[in-house]
Amino acid sequence: MQDFGAAFGQAFALILSGDADLLEIIGLSLRVTFSAVALACLVGLPLGAALAVGRFPGRMAAVTVVNALMGLPPVVVGLGVYLMLSSAGPLGVLQLLYTPSAMIIAQAILVAPIITALTRQVVEDLHGEYDELLRAMGARRLATIATLLWDARYSLMTTALAGLGRALGEVGAIIIVGGNINHVTRVMTTTIALETSKGNLSLALGLGIILVGLALLVNGLVMGLRSSAARLAYA
Amino acid sequence: MHDGLQRQAVPQAAAAPRAATGIWPLELHDVSFAAGGKALTDRLSLRLRPGTRTVVMGPNGAGKSLLLRLIAGLIQPTGGTITLGGRPADAAARRRIALVFQRPVVLRRSVAANLRHALAVYGVPRGERARRIDALLALGQLEALAGRPARVLSGGEQQRLSLVRALAAEPELLLLDEPTASLDPQATAAIEALIGQAAAAGVKIVLVTHDRGQAQRLADEVLFLHRGALAEHSSADAFFNKPSSAAAQAYLEGRLLL
Amino acid sequence: MLRPSVLAFTFLAAGLAFASPAAAEEKFIIVQSTTSTQNAGLYDHLLPIYHEKTGVEVRVVAVGTGQAIKNAQNCDGDVLFVHAKPAEEKFVAEGYGVTRADVMYNDFVIVGPAADPAGVAGSKDVSGALERIKQAEAPFASRGDDSGTHKAELALWQASGIDPTADSGGWYRETGSGMGATLNSAVGMGAYALTDRASWIAFGNKGSFGIAVEGDQRLFNQYGVILVSPENCPNVKAELGQQFIDWLLSDAGQSAIADFKQHGQQLFFPNAKTS
Repeated sequence: MQDFGAAFGQAFALILSGDADLLEIIGLSLRVTFSAVALACLVGLPLGAALAVGRFPGRMAAVTVVNALMGLPPVVVGLGVYLMLSSAGPLGVLQLLYTPSAMIIAQAILVAPIITALTRQVVEDLHGEYDELLRAMGARRLATIATLLWDARYSLMTTALAGLGRALGEVGAIIIVGGNINHVTRVMTTTIALETSKGNLSLALGLGIILVGLALLVNGLVMGLRSSAARLAYA
Repeated sequence: MHDGLQRQAVPQAAAAPRAATGIWPLELHDVSFAAGGKALTDRLSLRLRPGTRTVVMGPNGAGKSLLLRLIAGLIQPTGGTITLGGRPADAAARRRIALVFQRPVVLRRSVAANLRHALAVYGVPRGERARRIDALLALGQLEALAGRPARVLSGGEQQRLSLVRALAAEPELLLLDEPTASLDPQATAAIEALIGQAAAAGVKIVLVTHDRGQAQRLADEVLFLHRGALAEHSSADAFFNKPSSAAAQAYLEGRLLL
Repeated sequence: MLRPSVLAFTFLAAGLAFASPAAAEEKFIIVQSTTSTQNAGLYDHLLPIYHEKTGVEVRVVAVGTGQAIKNAQNCDGDVLFVHAKPAEEKFVAEGYGVTRADVMYNDFVIVGPAADPAGVAGSKDVSGALERIKQAEAPFASRGDDSGTHKAELALWQASGIDPTADSGGWYRETGSGMGATLNSAVGMGAYALTDRASWIAFGNKGSFGIAVEGDQRLFNQYGVILVSPENCPNVKAELGQQFIDWLLSDAGQSAIADFKQHGQQLFFPNAKTS
């Protein structure tokens, strides 16, 4: 199909031209995605570890809810965040709507359940191995959680990558709360949506190819970091 | 002698500041533990005193590991009580007890970082940790491996690390659950030497083993468990030369206890 | 060796560094707009001129007219720039907007496949064409999203005495999406569709499609601009918003609109009443 050939051509032409708008859009995509994942990790890592280690009534229900939230529809999250941040909404005074901050918040909400749920699984497995040792040592709850998170760090990098993947390719939430404003909140995915709606299909596909390349690059960097660091801690 | 082991076997009365957390005598009163409707330990009573090396023997399923876990507080008895120094065990008292498992559990960090982690958990001030780590590495003859990931070490090296990590707690009681069961003779000798050093420094040893030779090398006294009950509690000399119970006799003669 | 706290701090610092507002303290307004003006490229032409002249950045949120009006009712914009006159007048009458002014117009067209299954190509009579599409049960792609174009389309069906929604899911297909997405669907399905001329000319995925029906008086498409009421929405930048509206309606703004061309064709025709 000729669209694919044209798309690859467009992608390479765009990259080679070093188009300033494209670089700006890529930069904002990365900034929003990384910030959202960092925010989600701040919440999701301790929360997931607490769910893994904790023994309290309703724990299974909480785990089930978190697992289910991994499937949150982005449009619903976008709408919820829009209603919160809208000038007519409870957080309207912050004037965050149509800013990158709003996009970061929406994506953090999308990514946090993924980080939490996968962290819970990873930490629970490790906890099975460490539980008796740490209890025999008299480690308190917080020290146990910190130990498990640190020792699971390489598995948790994969968890962060899963979140990164979700955020980087997401369009439904950020187009609602960001507004796809040129030079302000326009990122890779919203540009692809816009070019598709303009009927510029090969340009849209070309941008998509660049986005996939970007995802590959980020994953490759993290996995490279992981394997060289992991060699220091594992057999 | 390294600082982790420098504590004297101080008589209880002389150790005034520590009296509040003194753990001796350690007593089990009619302790039972049942799981799945089956009594694994049945009304077990015994008293442990410091200063001796106690070896726990008995056939598989006699409840030896269970006994260590009950003493360490990893599981709670379903009946009876355990008292330390006449009082029910509390967190402070439990801190005086360290446990080494049959299969060493080491963290996914370097050897030195494993020790640093343990010292942090035991509440050793940051400034003292480096010095203590050096001493513990030397004690376990692990200096050359300090920076190596603990999980790439051999089984014997991992068990040495586990043992010095347990000693980092400066315990009064060291529980060992078949620590050399899967080790070769050289590694076993190194572990036994460490146990001997700890005992000489005043740490009470309670060792579970299947290895009669090891028991004879290390034991001052022997607890013989059979079907979750204490069949015999006697000096090593008495146990190996003229066991009083039929079960212990049969066990020592290599017969299966059915 | 890194401690967990160090790792957490690194994450936090990175997050905050990324999240800190990068935008300079520049003056800006938010315009809630219909999509056709953005898709046609009008803002890429107008806004640099305006920014050059005033230093004010105009941030355009392009959504369907229905959603643009809702967003403006929620005070999430300073200026409303859409094309659904009755809805705009209602917006002002209900106190959400200050006043409404005509800015420019173009016209709607019905586009369709070269095969022309309903035989409407070349027609200047919208009602007759819609009648024949229904008779032939030729597929027709509707926006179905309460946008300005959707409202205009429904009004045309009604004026022709037809209720196409009775056949929704059959030959009448409501995409529930924007102009571009609907045109992509129409081209994919071989369906007729109503679109504003600007969106069509700028559209890049025409396939075999061409304009089938044009030139009917009823296909007139008026764009209007409204300042969101600062009485209703205290956060509205009334002065900056009004300044932009004044410029759009001024000789300078009107001729900038007239100068905008795609593929050699003028897409919007200024018709502000003042000036």
